[in-house]
Amino acid sequence: MPNLTINGRSMSVDAANDTPLLWAIREQLQMTGTKFGCGAGLCGACTVHVNGEAVRSCQTMVGDVAGKKITTIEGLAAKGDHPLQKAWIAEQVPQCGYCQSGQIMQAASLLAKNPNPTKEEVVAHMDGNLCRCMTYSRIQKAIMRAATEMRTASASGNERRPT
Amino acid sequence: MNKHIKTVKAETTDLSRRSFLVGTAATGLVLGYAGVPGIGEALAAPANFEPSVWYAIAPDGLVTVTCGKADMGQHIASTMAQIVAEELGAKWSDMRVALASNDPKFNDPVLGAQITGGSWSTMMNFDAMSRAGAAGRMALADGAAAAMGVPASELVVRDSVISHPKSKKSMSFAEIVKSGKATKTFTPDELKAIKLKTPDQYTMIGVSVPQLDIPSKTNGTAKYGIDVMLPGMAYGAVVTPPVRFGATVKSVDDSAARKVPGFIKAITLDDKTGTTSGWVVAVAGTYANAKKAAQALKIAYDGGPNAKVSSQSLLDEAKRLQKLEDSGQFFVKDGDPAAAFGTAAKVLEAEYTTSINIHAPMEPMNATAEFKGDILHIYSGNQFATRSGAIAAGAAGIDPKFVVMHQMWLGGGFGRRLDADMMIPAVQAAKAIGKPVKVIYTRENDMTMDFSRPLTYQKVKAGVDGDGKLVALSHDVVSAWPTQRWGIPDFLTPSVDKKGPLDSFTVNGADFFYTVPNHYVRAIKNEMAHNATPSGQLRSVAPGWTFWAVESMIDEIATAAGKDPAQFRISLLDGAGKNDGGAQRLRNTLLAAMGLAGYGTKQLPKGEGMGVACVSSQERATASWTACVAHVAVAPSGEVTVKKLTVATDVGTQVHPDNIRAQVEGAALWGLSLAMYEKATLKDGGIEQTNFDSYTPLRMSQMPEVAIAVIANGEKATGVGEPAVTVIAPAIGNAIFNASGARVRALPITAEAVKGAMKA
Repeated sequence: MPNLTINGRSMSVDAANDTPLLWAIREQLQMTGTKFGCGAGLCGACTVHVNGEAVRSCQTMVGDVAGKKITTIEGLAAKGDHPLQKAWIAEQVPQCGYCQSGQIMQAASLLAKNPNPTKEEVVAHMDGNLCRCMTYSRIQKAIMRAATEMRTASASGNERRPT
Repeated sequence: MNKHIKTVKAETTDLSRRSFLVGTAATGLVLGYAGVPGIGEALAAPANFEPSVWYAIAPDGLVTVTCGKADMGQHIASTMAQIVAEELGAKWSDMRVALASNDPKFNDPVLGAQITGGSWSTMMNFDAMSRAGAAGRMALADGAAAAMGVPASELVVRDSVISHPKSKKSMSFAEIVKSGKATKTFTPDELKAIKLKTPDQYTMIGVSVPQLDIPSKTNGTAKYGIDVMLPGMAYGAVVTPPVRFGATVKSVDDSAARKVPGFIKAITLDDKTGTTSGWVVAVAGTYANAKKAAQALKIAYDGGPNAKVSSQSLLDEAKRLQKLEDSGQFFVKDGDPAAAFGTAAKVLEAEYTTSINIHAPMEPMNATAEFKGDILHIYSGNQFATRSGAIAAGAAGIDPKFVVMHQMWLGGGFGRRLDADMMIPAVQAAKAIGKPVKVIYTRENDMTMDFSRPLTYQKVKAGVDGDGKLVALSHDVVSAWPTQRWGIPDFLTPSVDKKGPLDSFTVNGADFFYTVPNHYVRAIKNEMAHNATPSGQLRSVAPGWTFWAVESMIDEIATAAGKDPAQFRISLLDGAGKNDGGAQRLRNTLLAAMGLAGYGTKQLPKGEGMGVACVSSQERATASWTACVAHVAVAPSGEVTVKKLTVATDVGTQVHPDNIRAQVEGAALWGLSLAMYEKATLKDGGIEQTNFDSYTPLRMSQMPEVAIAVIANGEKATGVGEPAVTVIAPAIGNAIFNASGARVRALPITAEAVKGAMKA
């Protein structure tokens, strides 16, 4: 029974090593914020962080992430107030909302490394995440807004740790 | 006792014949239409007081609006709350929303059913929700007046507080509810007589309040159908045949599946509703294992009658049908085009096609079914509870009144969730194993078993007189008939030539607002496509293809007549006869888009061009007047770059300006995606595209600049979810012609087609 470290907690999951991390998170741990979209790494709805890197949890097997640090949308910020989450509300990004956990997790991995991305860098980083409601322009605006807030916070010494 | 069944009894859904109740129940103040005659009776026996509830005010002052519409990202629940709050006088931060079950009391007040589509919701619920809000305010004010000992007419209601300026007394909604003094009955006539606010009095309508559902969609807490967890639940993965429809299962060998841990059973569906054919569902303790078991099943199929059908055969059949004199039924029959063609100075003919398109919402189809006593509970995000409940019942072999549908947030709908196919494997698996079962489609199931936008073929013939005036237009539309598939006569339209009902959701839009004295529109059902590719309503439905043909052809006619395409349209939008009103609004909208885009004001570089289109989507009676100017660059290779889309739309009244912009932008980008990037094909009876590598909706990097102008002129609020989809493809096609002289007539537009159409 693999042991997973998710959102800072160690949990054992009743799943074979070749089970996609996505289903272990959703079913065994009942954290349903991470979504199933395509099962093939083509849409990004299932994006989570493994050791700070954005990965597609539908393509990541449970056996490969034992002992690594996994973060889901539920653990991005304790109170759901990561600058990206606040920006998502400020820009009123979600429509159906289904892809947005993945979008936010994908964006968070960008801002953790690049606090001042250009529009082109945002597009390149986000292009693997489909949004069928086509909220792309608001996603871009929200990422820029969050980046600004994080730089301001960082300048005032109130730094966030990467997930 | 099942509360649900009780309310299914013959009870009028005509609101004009029902009383409106405001009363205090155990949960607080409840407000709604009810078949029960009086409030007195209700209050005498509060335990039995079950009015149909639009909204309730709890003793803590929170107002919960129950939304009978499916919320698939259009924020309709929040919009309903906003309309109620305007008249009620509630503070926005006190508003909450809940999603309705399939209880008929939540039926649409105009449509008499629970169905979400057609960009109808705001326009059809605005009045009822406004009156519900106003009735609540009046009841609260009367209660406050009695408690304060002041005349109700001197009270001011604002931000969930009722105050009496003269005496400086005030009570919050919460205090009034707790006092139990807010009780009032409105007769239908009294309800109708309530004087609603005029737009100049609005403090909430027209304000972009924060959408109530958005925070939960940023932190993973919003619950979609796929997130439903029931105790003891098992999971089902479906195996669908290689043929879209008509295959049957000959045998199932589950010997390998039995070795998968947690495997419970493989069930071959016995679907008497005719929704699915040849499906098997593998059930296991986890979804990962259900999928493994599904993959391990060895199933032999009989491919059935459609096993050889391809996109090409559907198109060939459409062309054959169109050529027949007696095909189809008339949707529009004005004048005599045949005679007019005989005397016309110029006659043009063109064929326009659209491919099969797949909804592909990000949340794959899913449903959870649970039998509890004699009640079947279905958990699934669905757009058509009234029909879907009946299909679930059909799958279970029970009466629809024993089905309770639990609505969830929809991870995208776009028309896909009008269907109920996903409920059938869930119901039959739950029944077979005696446990709740959640069925989740793989993306491959979802793509290949979509109730797709049908392949369409349209032939348009136009006659122009010596002055370049359009005098005749005949328009044949050949497609599968998605709405006829529902089997609900009320959704069909009588044909003008009295040849029986037609599916107007295949020809809407062809009855445009241009003045053309001789105008025929014929709706022709492609039976082969209807059977081989059971089709559905895809965001914007018929206007998504009819305006592709009409608005491309209008450009072709303008060119033939030597006129500017935009000016040519303006001359056709003269508002004569039946087009009065609508034509002028559409003309103004087109002018607004032209102005915003700078149409005709500057010389564009070589290889660039602008094209216009304007539409009355979705239907003549429910149109949001929408126009687009597309700006494109066309490379010598035929490669098209859409540089900018400028969209103007006249929506009458804006309830939520920011949401309208979000919807119009999303719709416009859908239009672009369908015009340029999305194509499904049929081969050997099966859809060839299985995932987002081969079916490729627009991604962020493909997004052009989008400019939107929303016109709110005080007319009635109209819908915005769909109309902008329909105006994009023709505007792009026309811009390509303007840029390169290449006329494209097939969607999606490809570089090869553009290059092929360029004059050497």
